[in-house]
Amino acid sequence: MLNIISVSENENDILVLEGEVDASNSVLIDEAIMKLIEEGSKSILINGHKLEYISSAGLGVFMSYLEDFEEKNVDFKIFGLSDQVFEVFKILGLHQLMNIYPSKEVALNS
Amino acid sequence: MEHRITLYCQITALAELREFLRNTLTMPKLSDSDKFQITLAVEEVCANLIIHSHHCNPTDHIELEVKSFENKLIFEIKDQGNAFNLLDYEVPDLMKVKGEKRKGGLGIILVKRIMDEIEFESYEGMNTCRLIKWFRS
Repeated sequence: MLNIISVSENENDILVLEGEVDASNSVLIDEAIMKLIEEGSKSILINGHKLEYISSAGLGVFMSYLEDFEEKNVDFKIFGLSDQVFEVFKILGLHQLMNIYPSKEVALNS
Repeated sequence: MEHRITLYCQITALAELREFLRNTLTMPKLSDSDKFQITLAVEEVCANLIIHSHHCNPTDHIELEVKSFENKLIFEIKDQGNAFNLLDYEVPDLMKVKGEKRKGGLGIILVKRIMDEIEFESYEGMNTCRLIKWFRS
């Protein structure tokens, strides 16, 4: 089960991911990010506090947008990942391609 | 100890697979992090078969058998059909995945980095992929 809540705070758009991301539902994240880009968002944050699991299907969605974020000057940040989820980013080396922070406060002030 | 599950080739089977692995990977030698990563690697192989080899055809199925030994775990995944040998699959360069805005290709990298050994055989239409994880002592 995956639940995505989109929150707008000042100029920042935060996608709160709750539950497990796999190949059956990663398209929901894809659609949510696509919508924010189309709306012209310049700051997209992923809140991973309640993200219990993510497979390559979900990680691939983030990867597929990195070029778009650069081209459109969108600031993309991820925060609040559990140790186990963060470990998966590290196994792939994604922590070197994405800005990942321990908390929202640190993410917003970086 | 042996545990097995039959998964029908639809993507909703992945949640079922994780539930099965949660109940199966109870060995005290495994840390929570080990369980998380092993589950991920097994799911990546099954997702590949379900989506790419069987095109999410729910009348097809794959079989997973988990064998637990003193020093290792073996995950045997069997399916019938076009063989997908992940040993032949060249791991893509991460910058290339990014540049091409690709969504796929990361799963196999995870499997190869998480598992200690990967074996593949195809015999009379039956494909067997064996993932082996050694217990760290």
